[in-house]
Amino acid sequence: MSTAVRIRRLERRFTAKPVLRGIDLDIAKGEFIALLGRSGSGKSTLLRALAGLDHDAIGTGLAQVPQRVSVVFQDARLLPWRRVLDNIVLGQSGADARVRGQRALAEVELAGRENSWPYELSGGEQQRVALARSLVSEPELLLADEPFGALDALTRIRMHVLLKRLSAIHQPAVLLVTHDVDEAIELADRVVVLDQGRIAADITVALPEQGNARTSRFAALRTELLGHLGVEAEPASLAAGV
Amino acid sequence: MATLPASAQPRREPEQAFIENRQLDNLRPLTRRLGLPAAIRFGWLLGPFLLLVFWAAGSATGFIDSRQLPAPWVAVTTGYELIEQGRLQNHLLVSTVRAGQGLFFGVVLGVVLALLSGLSLTGGYVIDGLVQIKRAVPALALIPFFILWFGIGEYMKVMVILLGVFTPIYIHTHNALRGIDLRYVELAETLRLSYWQFIRQVVLPGAMPGFFLGLRFAVMGAWLGLVVVEQINATDGIGYMINLARNYAQADVMLVGLVLYALLGLASDCAVRLLERRSLAWRKTLAQ
Repeated sequence: MSTAVRIRRLERRFTAKPVLRGIDLDIAKGEFIALLGRSGSGKSTLLRALAGLDHDAIGTGLAQVPQRVSVVFQDARLLPWRRVLDNIVLGQSGADARVRGQRALAEVELAGRENSWPYELSGGEQQRVALARSLVSEPELLLADEPFGALDALTRIRMHVLLKRLSAIHQPAVLLVTHDVDEAIELADRVVVLDQGRIAADITVALPEQGNARTSRFAALRTELLGHLGVEAEPASLAAGV
Repeated sequence: MATLPASAQPRREPEQAFIENRQLDNLRPLTRRLGLPAAIRFGWLLGPFLLLVFWAAGSATGFIDSRQLPAPWVAVTTGYELIEQGRLQNHLLVSTVRAGQGLFFGVVLGVVLALLSGLSLTGGYVIDGLVQIKRAVPALALIPFFILWFGIGEYMKVMVILLGVFTPIYIHTHNALRGIDLRYVELAETLRLSYWQFIRQVVLPGAMPGFFLGLRFAVMGAWLGLVVVEQINATDGIGYMINLARNYAQADVMLVGLVLYALLGLASDCAVRLLERRSLAWRKTLAQ
């Protein structure tokens, strides 16, 4: 399998204290990686390094990314003075830009909202527009920085299904930064745990399609990942304690 | 924990728990909102209307001395006479052209300077300090110099108006250009926008609310500048008409001029607001 992203000995710091201390990571084409870590573990710094947004950082190392990279932020970040479709095609050139934009909007189930203003949409709808904007350029790498963090639980589940389906269709390599262990297991092919600027774990999810095997694999992964994140409490014991 | 004697224990009757329940068969709104309720169209006319009522009532009852302030209907009849003589429309036209010219060139100058200073650091270092100095110097203090430099003709008058117009345009547009949200800058970077795409599609539209705020101040500034220049030396215009009337103690003509200034200011502010609402339809604010 060919590589979409190649990271070697990546180091980054903003002040004297290093934030990333020698990251080595490959992401294959079409691979979905979830990046877990506590606050301050450096996961956002890694994403911003790949997005080319770390202007103020000092550092060494290699980060090779493909030509077409898209970013989804925690906030939808739609320009309030552009209608929905104009937001999606922002920066897109070519005669078919609007057609592609409309197709992307239909993919996130918002067909017909082309001419709405961003403020007329709900939070979940705005984030779907942001997703459409990130996919309209057919990215080879999709970087998502806690994209569902600001959404309510029900909307988040719908967004999971949507993102899973769309990444299966468009096949970008995905790096999803999250602090939600369940979200990571649910969506990713591989979960990478970052701790104090180093990769603490790199686990292939390989979740069975359904049934008891899936449930038990999910639970095992969950315990393992929570352990890497320094959380010892088991959900079962929590439930028993109440 | 200390145990209270049984008699001191607060005892809550079961019914009490229901006292705070809202009565749902009530037709009044059940909750109170803290923001403003929906605005009534033309509601802002209430204040001017009340002033007019007070003025009319005061004049009719003799509470207001007609030698000090003529009644509102006198403004109408005198205005009508002035129109019949052809004087009013002549002065009005001259004044409007002056204010319009000053406004136009002032807006152009303000926008150009704001762009130069807002979009480049060097431009800001050169221009911003100068504009701040200009702000500190009263327009009236500059007029003697302007007469020296530009003479006493139309040119000088338009320059004085321009000077009052460009500052608010500059200040508010510059402020908006520099205040662009960093999140949008990041977005533009990830979308690989070129510099000019970024300016045209992100920075400029984002600065439009600031520009319109400046424009509202600028339009008022244009009329105010007009009053100043037309009272100093002019042979036509509303300010000249008022000045002439003052020499002959014609309070009614002075009043017509005053009312005219008020109407012009009000009408142009409405026009700018309308333009603003059309151009900034994407904004959702408390007032709309």
